[in-house]
Amino acid sequence: MVPLLQLRNISKTYPGVRALRGVEFELRPGEVHVLLGENGAGKSTLIKIATGIHETDAGGELIVAGEAVGIPSPRHMQALGIAAVYQNPTLFSELSVMENLCMSEDGAVISWSARRARSAEMLARIGARLDLDRPVRELRMAEKQLLEIARALSRSARVLILDEPTAALAGTDAEHLLDLVEKLRADGVGILYISHRLEEVLRIGDRFTVLRDGGYIGTYERMDVDRARLIQLMAGRELSQMFPKIEVPIGNVVLETRGLCHGPSGVDKISLEVRQGEILGLAGLVGAGRTEFARTLFGLTPATAGEIFIDSKPVAITCVGDALGHRLAYVPEDRKEHGVIEDLTIAENISLSLLRRLNGEWLDESKENTLAADFVRRLGVKAGNIFVQTRTLSGGNQQKVALARWLANDPRILILDEPTQGIDVGAKAEIHRIMVEFVQQGMAIILISSELSELLGMSDRIAVLRGGRLAGVLPAREATRESVLKLAMDDAA
Amino acid sequence: MKLGPREIALLGAIAVLFTLPLIGVSGFYTTGNLRNLIIDNLPILIAAIGMTVVIIAGQIDISIGSQFVVCGVVSGLAAKSGLPMPVVILTTLATGAFFGAVNGLLTARFGIPAIIATLATMVILRNGLIRATKGDWIQNLPSNYQWLGLGQSAAQPVYILLVAGLFGVAAWALRSTAAGRSFYAVGCDHEASRRVGINPNLVIFASFALMGVLAATAALFNFTRYPSIESNAGIGLELKVIAAAVVGGTSITGGRGTLLGTLLGVILMGTIGTVFTFLHVNPAWEKAIQGAVILAAVVSDTFFRKAEARG
Repeated sequence: MVPLLQLRNISKTYPGVRALRGVEFELRPGEVHVLLGENGAGKSTLIKIATGIHETDAGGELIVAGEAVGIPSPRHMQALGIAAVYQNPTLFSELSVMENLCMSEDGAVISWSARRARSAEMLARIGARLDLDRPVRELRMAEKQLLEIARALSRSARVLILDEPTAALAGTDAEHLLDLVEKLRADGVGILYISHRLEEVLRIGDRFTVLRDGGYIGTYERMDVDRARLIQLMAGRELSQMFPKIEVPIGNVVLETRGLCHGPSGVDKISLEVRQGEILGLAGLVGAGRTEFARTLFGLTPATAGEIFIDSKPVAITCVGDALGHRLAYVPEDRKEHGVIEDLTIAENISLSLLRRLNGEWLDESKENTLAADFVRRLGVKAGNIFVQTRTLSGGNQQKVALARWLANDPRILILDEPTQGIDVGAKAEIHRIMVEFVQQGMAIILISSELSELLGMSDRIAVLRGGRLAGVLPAREATRESVLKLAMDDAA
Repeated sequence: MKLGPREIALLGAIAVLFTLPLIGVSGFYTTGNLRNLIIDNLPILIAAIGMTVVIIAGQIDISIGSQFVVCGVVSGLAAKSGLPMPVVILTTLATGAFFGAVNGLLTARFGIPAIIATLATMVILRNGLIRATKGDWIQNLPSNYQWLGLGQSAAQPVYILLVAGLFGVAAWALRSTAAGRSFYAVGCDHEASRRVGINPNLVIFASFALMGVLAATAALFNFTRYPSIESNAGIGLELKVIAAAVVGGTSITGGRGTLLGTLLGVILMGTIGTVFTFLHVNPAWEKAIQGAVILAAVVSDTFFRKAEARG
């Protein structure tokens, strides 16, 4: 049987990062081939290459139905019958179900009756029942997902790529989706399936390809793997010693949460504590509730239930002002979006969070500037002077500015959300050094990171979240990639 | 065409408005008055067609008042220079297309937000015109320019039919051609559009270019009615037109709207003033009522959206 899709020796290098190295992948008709790997293992990059959004480095080959693809582009790959449904549906929210299904159809003049018949057919193929005239904005997540799949298959797709299709679905919706995948497989469609839910992929997967840190680990038949084996393959070797964690004496508990909840974002009864001088790692898969927990703690989405204690005294944090008052600081994940204001200068960015304290009623620029200059020196921000626009700095240096803004506030509890995401190795090491320096001074740090080796290397303890709940807390010394992953996977025992 | 709650509400409001003059007011329901009412609103309807498309595509064009008057002056000067009328018309439309293309380039190609780009072209065109004409009106227009040489009584029904035809074609094209739907697609989501093979920048450019041509068309239907062209005409046209589109149910955030709604919006907003004049209401109230209608349209929109979102 000729494979529907073959990816051979795929590598991808972004400036400074090798996202993929020599990855092999093959998809046969009528099989569900699961692609596995931790966050950042290279799964998304591989899909982007398969769908023509990115190009492989020299030496890599894309082969569709036995024929090499010359210059792949999204349109070209679509024409070859390769369709992808991404985690976040890209639909036209104001337009009807029917129109979303038929938007890419040919023909300058539209026959609405033909469209109606055709959309009904498309939905029937996947056994979905949706009102054709409803605007998509009114659909539930599961319905949007079905719509995306119906649309993807309409372009006579023989290969369907599903990226975490069940991540946003609950209970029966997820079941229906899996049934659909099995039905499509029976129809001879080849399905590349990505999911973090091991139970689910063990149920429907025929073969498994595992990636780790951009490298190709191997492809395995269903009969050769079980849950434990897959986790082991994904986790791989012990971490290398690149983290300069220095043992710091651990003091009293400074912050404690008891049964902290934020209903709308799914934070569910999280009880944790963090001590003076401690780095508490927060692990979990995408969507496990790490950022949501941090936002609740910081008063951005005030807790709907549960208690927060600071120095063993109950406190109410109902807004960011409260959190600042208790000397909490939160450096958010998306640097460009929330971390620094790119149009302001370094000095302005740093003094932003303490305008009130530093200035009284009137701005005192010289005070601001002294402070900024001090932090720029301490954190080693590489910039001509403190009056350059933050926009002109590299990612690593912007992150230092974001960090400086909060450190300038002299916090006791610092929450860092993915502080080293997307910055180069040198800057990363600097950030780690700064973290150690501050815990030495008695600060407590909560570190959210999707990079397991960073968590294992930097933390004293690692709290693992799963589906908005605390799945377990491990002392970093005893934790391994495997034990953390085991807790993070949703169907852990 | 199916009527949504918005269209029904508008029809209701229009019905009320047209009932008011029946109560002891004479002169409103005369052929002459009604015909004037329609003729006066033709240019607004034409511009509102373009504006609806621009807003559906997620953009806005506030330079149309300036485009409108400059196109009018160009047409008048072209006519006075002795060019035959078909050439005058083509020149005017080409001028509008050019202005629209500039707006399109600024937004689609250079990524300048539409409100800023068209604010700039609005000011530039308006002040450029004042400089060029020194505020003088264009007078002594040739007789083949006025009413296109048809004479007022013969021309008026022709104008109405032409605009009705234009409206019909535009409504059909916006609803039932792939090109028409691409404006909706882009107004909803650029990324989703790209995925189905639509080039958002091209569509945005096209919406502005079309707006320019329609602004020029509106100018022709407007200025050929008068013996002279005022160089300060068209001030505030953009507000009237945007208001009509929004009242007609076009979502200011893009992706939603119909030309039927816009037509009803134009009728409602364009008739309030005349009805109030016949009812001897203080003209100062007219603008206030128009504002209230806009507010009611937007608030009801938000309200319905929230109700929908709650399911």
